Amino acid sequence: MDTQALWLTFRLAATTTLVLLALGVPVAYWIAFTRSRLRPLAEAVTTLPILLPPTVLGFYLLVILGTRTAFGRIAAHWLGHPLAFSFSGLVVGSVIYSFPFAVQPLVAGFHSIDPALIEQARLLGAGKFRTLLEILLPLSARSLVAAAVLCFTHTVGEFGVVLTIGGDIPGRTRTLSIAIYDQVQDFTYRQATRTSLLLLGISLAALVLLYARGKPGESAHG
Amino acid sequence: MDEISIRHRQGHFGIEVSFPLDLRWTVLFGPSGSGKSSILRVLAGLTHPDHGRVVMEGQTLLDTERNIFVPPGRRHIGFVTQQPALFPHLSVHENVAFGIRHLRRDERARRVGEMLHLFGAEHLEQRKPRGLSGGERQRVALARTLAPAPRLLLLDEPLAALDDAAAHDILSRLRTLDVRVLYVSHDLAEIWKSPASVVLLRGGRVTQTGPLQQVLADSRNRLLQQLGH
Repeated sequence: MDTQALWLTFRLAATTTLVLLALGVPVAYWIAFTRSRLRPLAEAVTTLPILLPPTVLGFYLLVILGTRTAFGRIAAHWLGHPLAFSFSGLVVGSVIYSFPFAVQPLVAGFHSIDPALIEQARLLGAGKFRTLLEILLPLSARSLVAAAVLCFTHTVGEFGVVLTIGGDIPGRTRTLSIAIYDQVQDFTYRQATRTSLLLLGISLAALVLLYARGKPGESAHG
Repeated sequence: MDEISIRHRQGHFGIEVSFPLDLRWTVLFGPSGSGKSSILRVLAGLTHPDHGRVVMEGQTLLDTERNIFVPPGRRHIGFVTQQPALFPHLSVHENVAFGIRHLRRDERARRVGEMLHLFGAEHLEQRKPRGLSGGERQRVALARTLAPAPRLLLLDEPLAALDDAAAHDILSRLRTLDVRVLYVSHDLAEIWKSPASVVLLRGGRVTQTGPLQQVLADSRNRLLQQLGH
């Protein structure tokens, strides 16, 4: 077992999940409650990573994060190294790749809350932030957990984006899924089986945890 | 004289009303679709009209032409409907305390106790809304709305789902309060015994205003017709 890749994968998944929850909550709030005409566009953009081939997404990110663009140069200057082929670059790529998995359960959770409760909070003087913090988030706790579990497991299993942006640098960008690819290339099937079983176990355990929190007949996304 | 004036247009439906708040209780009366509930929602700030102006006691709460919109929480208006809309994850105490966070902790606790006592709900303080009956929920909803001491209380058929005894008890407790009430009800018998103004509405316009008994005497036949009897 490539313990270095295992540790890197968990570090990447945990960091990505935290960043995604911090970004996903305000974006989901905006999508759920805005009356702006830009809402369909915002929903489409946040859903796009599901449909886009990971290599396409990875290629665009590689170009954007590289030192040929202003963003890439600023990031490189600020971090002291280019974003591409680094752990920070993997986090940026993973956040974009898993964004729909954070936003969609949260939007569904916010939509399931009775609008009368939000109106009462506003009538009682609560602003948007307090309503989000004290009413919306506690009442959509299941959706929050669903988003976190989906983001974590989706990041653990990602391959195309990680390989395109980060390459295959041991200890820096080689995650478990890339380690499996290497093991298959090297015909070390026994190791590949063990690593694959570990990923399978993680994904299955996460989904069991997700569905165990719901009552029978309810969707885990609600 | 304190007056409410509303000009509101949303799509094809328009409201243009102006009526005084000369008595403590004012009842909005009219057939379905006459704009009663819309008036309450516009006053509370829960509906954003395409075009409109709302003035209450000389204060402009909404003016779409001048881009004025006082948010619901700053209007000092309470609103209770048939649906109590208690926050399900908070206890009764936390629900009632929600709108008075600006008070010191001891003052807040005293105010919550006072409000729950007023509606005979002090024994429910630590309970969650899930375990309460319809009448108990409505008592808590009223206590929560009145805790911040609003200058106007909007009631949109808040007792319609309750049995007669519970409705009568809650109404008699409400009558003891020193707060102005704008009340939408289909049941005039509910408020017959107390002095109240009536505003008769039809198609988003006021057709008659005045003291309850006088309006009823003047337009008994039309009222019965409006109510579909």
